[in-house]
Amino acid sequence: MKSRSLLLALSVIALGFSACSTMSPASVDANAISESAVKQTLRSSFLETATAKFDRLEQTELQAACTEATRSGKELDSKVRETLQSKALAAVKYPADGKYLGDWKRGEAIAQSGRGLQFSDAANTAAGGNCYACHQIDKAEIAHGNIGPPLAGYGKLRGISEPIVKYTWARIWNSHAFNACANMPRFGDAGILTEAQIKDVMALLLDPASPVNQ
Amino acid sequence: MKQRRWISTVTALSVSIPFALSVSAQQDTQKEIERYRQLLADGNPAELLEMRGEELWKQKRGPKNATLEACDLGLGAGKIGGVNAVLPRYFADVDRVMDLESRIVHCQVTLQGFTQAELTKRPYSLTVGERQTDHEALTAYVVGQSRGAAVNVPQAHAKERESFARGEKMFYYKGGPYDFACATCHSVDGQRIRLQDLPNFQKADNAQRAFTTWPAYRVSQGAMRTMQWRLYDCFRQQRFPELAFLSQASIDLITYMGVKAKDGKMDSPAIKR
Ligand code: HEC
Ligand code: HEC
Repeated sequence: MKSRSLLLALSVIALGFSACSTMSPASVDANAISESAVKQTLRSSFLETATAKFDRLEQTELQAACTEATRSGKELDSKVRETLQSKALAAVKYPADGKYLGDWKRGEAIAQSGRGLQFSDAANTAAGGNCYACHQIDKAEIAHGNIGPPLAGYGKLRGISEPIVKYTWARIWNSHAFNACANMPRFGDAGILTEAQIKDVMALLLDPASPVNQ
Repeated sequence: MKQRRWISTVTALSVSIPFALSVSAQQDTQKEIERYRQLLADGNPAELLEMRGEELWKQKRGPKNATLEACDLGLGAGKIGGVNAVLPRYFADVDRVMDLESRIVHCQVTLQGFTQAELTKRPYSLTVGERQTDHEALTAYVVGQSRGAAVNVPQAHAKERESFARGEKMFYYKGGPYDFACATCHSVDGQRIRLQDLPNFQKADNAQRAFTTWPAYRVSQGAMRTMQWRLYDCFRQQRFPELAFLSQASIDLITYMGVKAKDGKMDSPAIKR
């Protein structure tokens, strides 16, 4: 509480100072804009619609650290990085029944769907994984993005040994377990996909019968 | 003659290409778009909207029964040529930075006597085949008068520099259930979401191409979309809450992108996917 209001006061002072220096040609360094000034601006710029509420503008520790890392172009401090990754890995929930693979056909539909969690989506919309937005998966689908690595032949190339299966589950549950600032959503950790849905996309990647492995 | 053809093409487009493309239809759509591109090679349907906007601009309207011709968009009252290349900028009369769309609304309020609330209630035409809004028409007209002008978004005033600095921070601000920031999709070369190329705003040529081609007529939607809408829709994909029309965050991000796009040549409304 206290440190919050102190930050706020500091940011007002910082803004006040720069406003006085209208004549100075020096550019305002983004570093001079406080986090709380940015947050206040964000807070005043959005409307809460459907499930998209203001809590989404509050950053987690990892989001804040990775924001700074990308903006500054400096890698995360290796200790911070390791801590964030091991926290993420420790929080992965593996399926209680020990079954990791669902139905690859349903998995394909989930990988295709970009629905869910948008302010334009009704609260009861089942979310998709939108995996094709970023990955090549079934080669038959040519409308795939390239933000993530290609996953065609995933199971065929790696096999379905226990470590591979568990790694893939954890990857999908929370990609930050392996790379703190990875640009892949935390499908399990953030509650985007259900456990059953994750089993289905697992099958898409790993089931020998899946078109991905033909 | 030419206009007639535009009208029938526009109608055909909005009927044949649904607003939300089903994924399996994307391939077909891409081909269809190529076909329409060729069809439209000698004309952009947004030009019709520019004409409607020009009429609106010069019409006496609102409680004050006035035209918008005295509107000061930053280069002096009544000057609209090239304004979009130097906006957002600081306006002393309101003591803050405004983007083009904010300033147009400001002029409608001050000159014509409309209320801010009625003007901002429904700025975009969002359903398929819906008539484009007056806001979209006015924006189309004004930006069309900046074609060929070199982008030079000012950074002389402290508030302009603060707007840029906040915009930069917001560009990288990761949040929400997907941990996305603008930078997630717009700061690496050669990235695509599905088949859509993503401009990398850290590269001047990418930033210029993106900034100078908005607003744009979107073939897939059969409608012209404004820059405020572009950000509204990107924040939707980012899973953030709903971006408020003319909000400070939108102005700051436009300032940020505009400064990055320095020296690009304005070419909007463009025509896009
Ligand atoms: C917004 C982009 C994005 C989306 C959506 C996305 N991914 Fe990823 N994915 C990535 C990136 C980026 C990486 C590489 C992460 C890194 O840098 O460590 C990755 C890595 C992976 C890996 C590890 C690959 C390897 O070689 O070890 C798997 C498996 C994977 N993704 C599966 C999925 C599945 C399944 C979905 C959908 C449910 C999905 N991804 C959705 C971006 C994405
Ligand atoms: C999840 C991905 C994603 C995020 C996050 C995102 N965008 Fe986009 N953006 C896109 C896609 C996809 C397109 C291209 C759309 C198309 O071609 O129809 C695009 C297009 C644009 C364009 C127009 C580029 C052009 O050349 O037409 C601008 C400008 C833009 N984005 C700015 C932003 C800003 C600013 C933010 C942050 C507020 C942002 N984007 C966040 C996916 C994203």
